[in-house]
Amino acid sequence: MANLKKRFEIKARDFVRAGEVSIEVQSLLKTIGFRANDVRRAAVCAYEAEMNVVMHGGDGVLELTVDPKNIVMDFTDDGPGIDNIDLALQEGFSTATPEYREMGFGAGMGLPNIKNHADSLEIHSKKGEGIHLRISFIVSDGP
Amino acid sequence: MKLSAIKKILLAEVITGHDKLEMPIERCTACDLMSDLLTGPNTGSLLLTGLCNIQVIRTSVIAGLTAIVFVRGKRPTEELIAHAKKHDLPLLTTPFTMFSSSGRLFSKGLRGVEKTLPKSDS
Repeated sequence: MANLKKRFEIKARDFVRAGEVSIEVQSLLKTIGFRANDVRRAAVCAYEAEMNVVMHGGDGVLELTVDPKNIVMDFTDDGPGIDNIDLALQEGFSTATPEYREMGFGAGMGLPNIKNHADSLEIHSKKGEGIHLRISFIVSDGP
Repeated sequence: MKLSAIKKILLAEVITGHDKLEMPIERCTACDLMSDLLTGPNTGSLLLTGLCNIQVIRTSVIAGLTAIVFVRGKRPTEELIAHAKKHDLPLLTTPFTMFSSSGRLFSKGLRGVEKTLPKSDS
């Protein structure tokens, strides 16, 4: 399998397309031939991160980097950033609006869920300076 | 249990996926919180939900769910139906509430997605 690098754009507050990037990533990883459990873990993390960008961030980008042993997703956006990363990682903590809660989000499980599904999660953010989220997976047996 | 049996138990109407009624359904999850769907091992499950928006379809695709039943007689829009068709996801609607739907299916042998049970329940 050749190495692959692909870039996806994510628009803030675009609920018409919110989640479509993650479905594309899921489909791509399946097509490459990664195992179902690795595809599931990566898709769940991609979706949580994409929804975070759409709901809380500014316009953003996902850079997907794949090789036979690793899946790495770099999410960056130019939104307001995270004031307190430790707090944001606590299960149940949420800044979702009532509108987002009506859509089924805002349980405060986004980042904790990413942390639970990924092999590594790095968050770089300062208030007012956007976010860089690096989510990495070690693929057990390769595709 | 087949999807056709679930349709019968819930007096449900099939909105899309008439060709999928022979599909086996082994487990079920019932919730309105999309993050709950993403936390657990829900792959292959049926979803009972009172939420009726586009994110239910997308979250179900990501979580690997096999079919969705909208409770309380809720009906998806044409846009939702088109998305479900695109992903081969059957949609049904039942007049029963979430509680009653869950109870009816459980009493007929369908079980949830718990990974482990407390000792007192095992």
